[in-house]
Amino acid sequence: MWLYAGRRIVLTIPILLGVTIICFALVQIAPGDPIQNLLSPTATAQDAARLRAAYGLDQPLMVQYFIWLGKVCVGNLGMSISDNVPVAGEVLHAFVNTIVIALISVVLAFVVSMIFGVIAAYRTGSLADRLITAVAVFGISVPPFWLGVILVIFFAVDLSWLPATGMGASGSETFSYFRWADFKFAIMPIIALALPPLGIMTRTTRSSIAEILNQDFIQTLRAKGLSEAQVIVHAVVNIMPQAVAMLGLQLGYLIGGSVLVETVFTWPGTGYLLNKAVLTRDIPLLQGTILVLATAFVLINLVVDLAQSLIDPRLKRS
Amino acid sequence: MNAMTSPDLSQATPHPAPFLRVEDLRVKFVSRDATVRAVNGISFNLERGKVLCVIGESGSGKSVMMRSLLRLHPKKRTVIEGTMMVGEHDIGAVSDRAMTQLRGSLISMVFQEPMTALDPLYTVGDQIAETVRRHEGLSKEAAWARALELLELVRVPSPERRLKAYPHELSGGLRQRAVIAMALSCRPSLLLADEPTTALDASVQIQILVLLRKIQQEMGMSMIFVTHDLGVAAQIADQVAVMYAGRIIEYGNARDVLLNPQHPYTKAMLAATAKDQDRNLPLEAIAGNPPDLRALPDGCSFAPRCKYAGPDCIVTMPPPVTDIRGHMARCFKVEAADGPLAFDERVAEPA
Repeated sequence: MWLYAGRRIVLTIPILLGVTIICFALVQIAPGDPIQNLLSPTATAQDAARLRAAYGLDQPLMVQYFIWLGKVCVGNLGMSISDNVPVAGEVLHAFVNTIVIALISVVLAFVVSMIFGVIAAYRTGSLADRLITAVAVFGISVPPFWLGVILVIFFAVDLSWLPATGMGASGSETFSYFRWADFKFAIMPIIALALPPLGIMTRTTRSSIAEILNQDFIQTLRAKGLSEAQVIVHAVVNIMPQAVAMLGLQLGYLIGGSVLVETVFTWPGTGYLLNKAVLTRDIPLLQGTILVLATAFVLINLVVDLAQSLIDPRLKRS
Repeated sequence: MNAMTSPDLSQATPHPAPFLRVEDLRVKFVSRDATVRAVNGISFNLERGKVLCVIGESGSGKSVMMRSLLRLHPKKRTVIEGTMMVGEHDIGAVSDRAMTQLRGSLISMVFQEPMTALDPLYTVGDQIAETVRRHEGLSKEAAWARALELLELVRVPSPERRLKAYPHELSGGLRQRAVIAMALSCRPSLLLADEPTTALDASVQIQILVLLRKIQQEMGMSMIFVTHDLGVAAQIADQVAVMYAGRIIEYGNARDVLLNPQHPYTKAMLAATAKDQDRNLPLEAIAGNPPDLRALPDGCSFAPRCKYAGPDCIVTMPPPVTDIRGHMARCFKVEAADGPLAFDERVAEPA
């Protein structure tokens, strides 16, 4: 087990290096010149060259990459061009905001989809199955930003139960998920984020449970006198490796793909930050955000792999 | 001939109340497109401590009959008719809850495929202990101790280590031993073995067979052993039932059925075994295919493949003909005038 874990961890290092190269290259490929955005309309070519040199943008690409990588390794992601604050702090702060609601959403979606999926698979063709399938298809097909807007219209504007946007009066610095006055700001973003993974995971849970229930060993379990509840526990344990993989994948998507939802709810997370960085051509901020997101994705996959090998003894050997 | 015809087999059995009594068991699988009649009126008795071998080719209803005894078929799509009495329990009538309590304790089952019969994510010990705890409410430690004893009983080498092993870490033979240990864990009175040796290597087959027979005798269990291997049947059976298209077409003591086969199907099957055959001749095979269980013919189901079949065989199902020893065959050409059954192809079918 430890050997497997060690090997798996070592294997992530080249992946992470690849991530940094792609992060770096993506920004180089992107059209536009960030220096132009900073200059006043009256600036001369000399001013531009000076500024370019100040940011190190006049160096060869390889040199720029290694300088950048060296700084990244010590946690220096450079200065944000538009705000003139360290990128690392800004990204980290946004990342915490994103990962917490992403985690809550995905865990919520996971638990609900497990229950839904098991019921649907166990009672195939029943009314419950059809209702659950309808909810799942709704979750998969509805664009989350549209859902976000609808939620705002319904719960914030019409019913005034929940605040429409932002993180509330206490601001993101002192935001606490354990204080209702703060938490109510997170409810709608969580719902909007949770619905698509809920739909996808319900569908996969349903089909995996149905598949497991058709396997021979289920008959053995019944033949030895287990109750249906105990049989279902076995079936659920058996889909856990897949379910955990799915969970990790969805968490990755939520972290990277929350731009729209965070923009709708002005939730100050990485998606919001990414949007801002792109619009202002803030390359260090963009790079830093993408790097943190990609690294998070890689690490989530690592955790998923390790968790899978813990659950499924057959995976340890390979 | 009619005088010797006895549709009720229990009359031929000396003991009044056999341990297992199956009477006119019929199993249908109903779906939107078709109704599959897998078992079409099976009756037999089995005494305590005896072994019944059920022989028949794939699709003859052997496994379906076994699963019916445990009520393992999906309720919605299955229609089961007839009587199944195991001891004082009426399998057809007990509640679902009571049924789960009978499964694994009164009746347990060993399946054909040891590779897929165990849950891959639980250790062998967990799976055996789970059964014991379910039925006998033992503590975890006591259940594991019992699991260890059981692995010793089924002669698993280094059982302590194997308890903690996952199914994929064991060979096919060891897995089947583990499955058998699980089935025996609560000392069942009736063991249903559904081709337990078919998926194993020939050398391992014999070991498992000998083991099952030995344990069956030691524990005094009744056993129904499904196989399509006549050699296996000869080894362990007290009684043999030959099934075809969901019916028992020949039944009797192992010696009677295997040495004095009466039904053309049993005869053909015995002729198709490799034992005592001329090496230079190709093995005889039964021509044709098993009947379609969705549309069974009215007459004898074997008639379309039977070289002795006359015109009436196709129209009427032959009634069982039984001799004084309880040897039964369902064929118009079998007579039991005085003593054992005798096959005479000149006998004409009734009009």
